[in-house]
Amino acid sequence: MRKEETIKILLRNKLSIVGLSVIVALIIIAIFAPILAPYPDQALGEPNLKERLQPPSRLHPFGTDHLGRDILSRVIYGARTSLIVGFSVVLLALLIGVPLGLIAGYFGGKVDLIIMRITDIFLAFPPLLLALLIATTLGRGMLNAILALAISWWPWYTRLARGMAISVKERPYVEASKAMGISDWKIMIRHVLPNSLSPLIVQATMDMGSAILEAAALSFLGLGVQPPTPDWGLMVSEGKDYFLNYWWYPVFPGLAIFITVMAFNLLGDAVREVIDPRLRRRLL
Amino acid sequence: MKFREYVIYRLVLAVFVIVGVVTVVFFISRVIPSDPAALWVGAHPTPEAIEKAREQLHLNDPLLKQFGYYLWSLIHGDLGVSIRTHNPVAQDLKSAFTATFELILVAEFLAVIVGIPLGVYSAVKKDSWLDNLSRIFAISGVSLPAFWFGIVLQLIFFKHLGLLPLAGRVGTVVMLEHPLHVITGFYLLDSLITGNFPVFVDALKHLILPAVTLAMYPVGLITRQVRSMMIEVLNENYIRTAWAYGLPPKKIYFKYALKNAIAPALITVGLSFAYTLIGAFLVELIFNWPGLGRYAAYAIMSMDYPAVLGVTIIAATAYVFINLIVDLIQVRLDPRIKL
Repeated sequence: MRKEETIKILLRNKLSIVGLSVIVALIIIAIFAPILAPYPDQALGEPNLKERLQPPSRLHPFGTDHLGRDILSRVIYGARTSLIVGFSVVLLALLIGVPLGLIAGYFGGKVDLIIMRITDIFLAFPPLLLALLIATTLGRGMLNAILALAISWWPWYTRLARGMAISVKERPYVEASKAMGISDWKIMIRHVLPNSLSPLIVQATMDMGSAILEAAALSFLGLGVQPPTPDWGLMVSEGKDYFLNYWWYPVFPGLAIFITVMAFNLLGDAVREVIDPRLRRRLL
Repeated sequence: MKFREYVIYRLVLAVFVIVGVVTVVFFISRVIPSDPAALWVGAHPTPEAIEKAREQLHLNDPLLKQFGYYLWSLIHGDLGVSIRTHNPVAQDLKSAFTATFELILVAEFLAVIVGIPLGVYSAVKKDSWLDNLSRIFAISGVSLPAFWFGIVLQLIFFKHLGLLPLAGRVGTVVMLEHPLHVITGFYLLDSLITGNFPVFVDALKHLILPAVTLAMYPVGLITRQVRSMMIEVLNENYIRTAWAYGLPPKKIYFKYALKNAIAPALITVGLSFAYTLIGAFLVELIFNWPGLGRYAAYAIMSMDYPAVLGVTIIAATAYVFINLIVDLIQVRLDPRIKL
């Protein structure tokens, strides 16, 4: 399918436009957080004990938390954390998964067999579970959480890249390069990789939502980002101890997670329908 | 290949995968630099205590020998001892299992009775407002952070409406006044068998919010899957023939079309079973549900890694077998699949 056609179909789908707009807005919010947040120093953790647990008001539209910090400001800064974590997870998973998939698909045979059996074992874990295990053993922290999620995520990209490599390696230009005596590695980097890249990038974009959701779950369990860094999952976790009397504390950060993940999934759902409705059954 | 041979083949394969899973789990836990012995003895350890713990936990042996010990005890149902509770992990898990299973079954039941009709109607009325609405609903389902949605439901149904209990599996007062004779460990079932209706009603009330929270994800998955399969099936010739015969729409949709769309939906149900198992980690924590998930969540939060290891192996094994069973049922149901 031609690119223009794909874009046209996507634009006709109203929900995908909504998703895309929200994502663009989030990126803008994340970039301009210091300008947009009413209390940037509180967002980064500066306590403000005079105004603990204040309900939403004109000064604090989302209220304040147990240390008196403006929740709106922290939610705005949290967009940075979420997008960075989501992006890093997907990127790292691509960096691990794609080379392995290309090697498996291109060389075939025993190499393929070994790599694919290893991915099978990783795919035998229910989603999130392996990440929880790795994060627990690695210890708390944002970097460890990213690593843990990426390690549990790469096999999906290995599978996809392998399929791409298998179809690309039969094409005439690859055969021609081989006949000219160009080395396998060079062919892989020059021809197989670039021609496998677009579906991988599409898939990775669609996965951002799930990556953000899983990272939020890790934070919620205390494994991800640590205080006082502004992070949505962490804020819901801290807020759950106060929610019965101070509903705004967990509700707004959680809403931010929901809207963000929803935006990526709305876009992803439309893209999936355009490309191939049966591309992957995993909606997570 | 005959069906029986296929079952054996798949069982062997499943065992291999599980051995692989255990291997991965074991090496992840040992390769990563952290000192289990120090964790084991707790705060303010003496060097002697740590050395003793190292002996006890076989940490001075070569890695492969340690793996041998680990496999050996696993085969005997020994998952190690929890750092947090100091109980054998297997024992802790056993008592939590039925609570989780009851919750997951009810959630999955909700997901199926909502997801399948919604998916069918979405496909039938493709691109209508109803389809769009169900699409938004389904995508919301898979986008909702369960740990947050649970809190929102608690705020609405406990705090503001006062309709449902906040958390727990059954009220303490109800249990004191009408003690439940536990037979299966499923409170709903046990209270029904013994005719203990006050406990039944109370347990049901406690179950609603966590089950709904947990069901959101599988509802989304099932709705989308049934929809896309139904759209495909509804374009087939035999459906057109059925229309030409003037059969009633309900019969066409739910009897003829759904029959052929149900196999992939079944896979989704099976897969979502495993998702709900992990979702339960978060939901049980919010609703203080005394199951595997809350146990795992506490274990994670206190970095109790023998317990996390145990839960991981149990959950991954369950996942492999659920997938296996789903595949086998599918092979049985769908004569088009050649073994």
